[in-house]
Amino acid sequence: MNDFAALLDRLAYEPRRNAKLRLLQDFFAGTPDPERGWALAAMTGGLTFREAKPALIRGLVEERVDPVLFSLSHNYVGDLAETTALIWPGPEEAPPSPRTRGEGGAPLVGGETSGSGGEGASTIETPSDKPPHPRLPPRFGDDKVVEALSPRAGRGDAPGLGHNNPPPHVPTLAEVVETLATTPKRALPNHLAGWLDALDETGRWALLKLVTGNLRVGVSARLAKTAVGALGGHEADAVEQVWHGLKPPYAALFAWVEGRAEQPENLNPAPFRPPMLSHPIEEEADLDKLDPEAFSAEWKWDGIRVQLAGGRDTHGQQVRKVYSRTGEDITEAFPDLAEAITFEGAIDGELLILREHRVQSFNVLQQRLNRKAVTPKLLEDFPAHVRAYDLLAADGEDLRTLPFSERRARLEALVTHLDHARIDLSPVVPFAAWPELAAARADPASVGAGADADAIEGVMLKRRDSAYLPGRPKGPWWKWKRAPHIVDAVMMYAQRGHGKRSSFYSDYTFGCWRDGEAGEELVPVGKAYHGFTDAELQKLDRYVRNNTTKRFGPVREVTHGHEAGLVLEIAFEGVQRSTRHKSGVAMRFPRVSRIRWDKPAAEADRIDVLERILARGEREIAPGATMERSE
Amino acid sequence: MPQRASDLLTLTREGLYCPLGRFHVDPTRPVERALITHGHADHARAGHGSVLATDQTLRIMATRYGEDFCERREEAKLGERMRIGDVTVFFAPAGHVLGSAQIAIEGEGGRIVVSGDYKRAPDPTCLPFEVVPCDVFITEATFGLPVFRHPDTRDEVRKLLDSVKLFPERAHIVGAYALGKAQRVMALLREEGWDRPIHLHGAMERLTALYKDEGIPLGDTPKVVAAERKDLHGAIVLCPPSSIQDVWSRKFPDPVTAFASGWMRVRARARQKGVELPLVISDHSDWPDLCRTILDTGAEEVWVTHGQEDALVHWCGTRGLRAKPLHLLGYGDDGEAEPDPAASPALEEASS
Repeated sequence: MNDFAALLDRLAYEPRRNAKLRLLQDFFAGTPDPERGWALAAMTGGLTFREAKPALIRGLVEERVDPVLFSLSHNYVGDLAETTALIWPGPEEAPPSPRTRGEGGAPLVGGETSGSGGEGASTIETPSDKPPHPRLPPRFGDDKVVEALSPRAGRGDAPGLGHNNPPPHVPTLAEVVETLATTPKRALPNHLAGWLDALDETGRWALLKLVTGNLRVGVSARLAKTAVGALGGHEADAVEQVWHGLKPPYAALFAWVEGRAEQPENLNPAPFRPPMLSHPIEEEADLDKLDPEAFSAEWKWDGIRVQLAGGRDTHGQQVRKVYSRTGEDITEAFPDLAEAITFEGAIDGELLILREHRVQSFNVLQQRLNRKAVTPKLLEDFPAHVRAYDLLAADGEDLRTLPFSERRARLEALVTHLDHARIDLSPVVPFAAWPELAAARADPASVGAGADADAIEGVMLKRRDSAYLPGRPKGPWWKWKRAPHIVDAVMMYAQRGHGKRSSFYSDYTFGCWRDGEAGEELVPVGKAYHGFTDAELQKLDRYVRNNTTKRFGPVREVTHGHEAGLVLEIAFEGVQRSTRHKSGVAMRFPRVSRIRWDKPAAEADRIDVLERILARGEREIAPGATMERSE
Repeated sequence: MPQRASDLLTLTREGLYCPLGRFHVDPTRPVERALITHGHADHARAGHGSVLATDQTLRIMATRYGEDFCERREEAKLGERMRIGDVTVFFAPAGHVLGSAQIAIEGEGGRIVVSGDYKRAPDPTCLPFEVVPCDVFITEATFGLPVFRHPDTRDEVRKLLDSVKLFPERAHIVGAYALGKAQRVMALLREEGWDRPIHLHGAMERLTALYKDEGIPLGDTPKVVAAERKDLHGAIVLCPPSSIQDVWSRKFPDPVTAFASGWMRVRARARQKGVELPLVISDHSDWPDLCRTILDTGAEEVWVTHGQEDALVHWCGTRGLRAKPLHLLGYGDDGEAEPDPAASPALEEASS
């Protein structure tokens, strides 16, 4: 487990893809079965066990560490697993060698560098002027807490925790995974605590990430498979082909890539094919370099990119797979979509929630995502659909080398033939010249998008002659997003960020003016945490620290009013009614588009700006409601 | 006449002030008379009337700000008691950087100790911290959270040496604060047997020369010549933290970015700085040492300055000690790096 943790740790600090690949290859080459197979499963989302809830972890720590100190630490570090790993009294806190922690050397000012009070530092003391300072006894007598808080506080004069016991057994990843899969829920805390006691700090971090289901280490399933394939000079696609039917810990896979066995027979009849991505059009002038006749346009839908793959296994059974854009198998979360995969081939499309044939906002889609349990009610309230963009394979034929126009014709034929309520075609947006497309992008409703216009993020441009190339090749495909709405708001609160921004004040709550009981007042309308550069973040962070008026744990209130305050220009995609916000409105995708150091706070916008957008804007249909009822 | 030790110091716009002695300690703005704990730019600023500090701290200030950094210099000998106004003052080593000292102030009501920044871990480049028993102890809290437990520095330096062994063709660029940390890393490298040159960014040169003058052996430390950067395969190069990500460091052969700081204990902090090889080496006390030191002083009251005040104040409460945070402005704040004068000339400008 410590080896796997060390790998994850190095991957986390390594920005370069090729170096990550190298680290993975080294690990797979040098780690025995089944440990490496379980590691592969962990990185490809192939592990299934009951995950530990954050509350369980918190409970375990709080048995060992003062909850107040833990909470302050958590706020600071910004990550539960890492805070726990750092604060847990682990095996490395055994009594240190004298050289490491001793004060060393003779005291400079004569006497002793006493640790126990008034008799020390004799030349500093004069006998007359100093009352004795007996060391205060601990008032609470709770030595367990004290020990845990400062595990080395007694270095040199007290044995460390567990000093007289044999060192705890360091678990392998295989043991952890197997235990988690078989252990009853009530036994989980004990196992977990035992492992945490045995592992080093990095091991604890990795274990906690693993058991809470948050093992994001900057490695995609695809990259891990690439590394495994490379052990035997195989492409990732070859691994993808045999992946189906293999089970963790993948002994057959490693045997094959290392040339010790034949290729596993069970070819995946419905493999993932890496998607083709686009580059953004930054400004309209970029279009002048492109020939409008060479391109076909579609709406860019605000959903989740997915792939529907179907095929027949060796027994002639239909295999149905739903993949995310990174190749994660998400079939189990979308049985309603899987059911629609009656074809052999692969459709590239956008996952959307449709109610009464109307595309719902991304907010609604999010309520369907990331759910562990897929209940009948969830399926009924959030019916998943795929709006088809492209056809990558059909009836055993790889279509990716064909030009887009031919693939599109095949796609239209297939979707018509399927005639399934869950799969429809992404309509083509007709245009002859760029200004025409610009007009469509600005007002999709007027060009046939109708009530779905709010779920449109912009337009996609695809060269008619473009082959389907995995990755993000420059030139064939472009995305041209709609211009966002803009509002000038005043920063009211700031909160410490997480992850990369941990301990910077990087999340800003901002407000607009409205009429209050005592005249005009600021009311919070949203929160933004990106849109600025790292250099701007440092300036903002400094601003927050220098203009703090109150502190609430990790949140600081900053100066805001008519006379003083920082104006943030906020870009956002839309406005929705909200019962959660005091202002009654919620923005979609708000981000800081400019920092208006120059603009007086009194000149920021009033909330009316948002109300007007809302009035124009977004209606949503309640789950299960018909259009009549919702209007 | 004050009755309690806590009356010996008050908080003013400029920082801590002793009315009975009519002096400030580590003031952040120019004052008539300043007592300075150590040479980091957030504690030692230019432009005061008179400055009382250890000889080494005075030399550091002169090196940084020029010989005219104040009107009058007074040398404090460690352990020597001095009468200033109606109080008695003495300096004791703080173990933070060369010349660093705690300042003890005594009046009728007892003794208060301003520790400045301090550490208990061994450091070959400065005198070790000495416990000064007192009634009121003013402690820093830079790493005042129990997640901060600094590991053995030898293991951290070995990490660096292992990486050099693993990537002999790549230059290793180590970000380290120009005063104290840089020289400590050099000394630790020598202790671990690294006998090749340690290449220095220009900003580290003068202070490193000062350390050598003080008799601390640091070996061969040539300054990096811009044109020769591309040839420094397998070299160890020390530079200010701000330089590890700028163009200057990109001219070395396939550089590995390392950073020596207590902050490296938190992953996100390392990633924020684009660090590939975090080295947890700190000149501040970690959490266990902060707690231990508070108990060692026997103080009944603790004032907590710059850093994570809340946690330490809370901990003092659980031990039955009176404690309060002092929100001193101008010292290294909780979310920022340790003071890095070389990287922030603005800080130095602000002080004059």
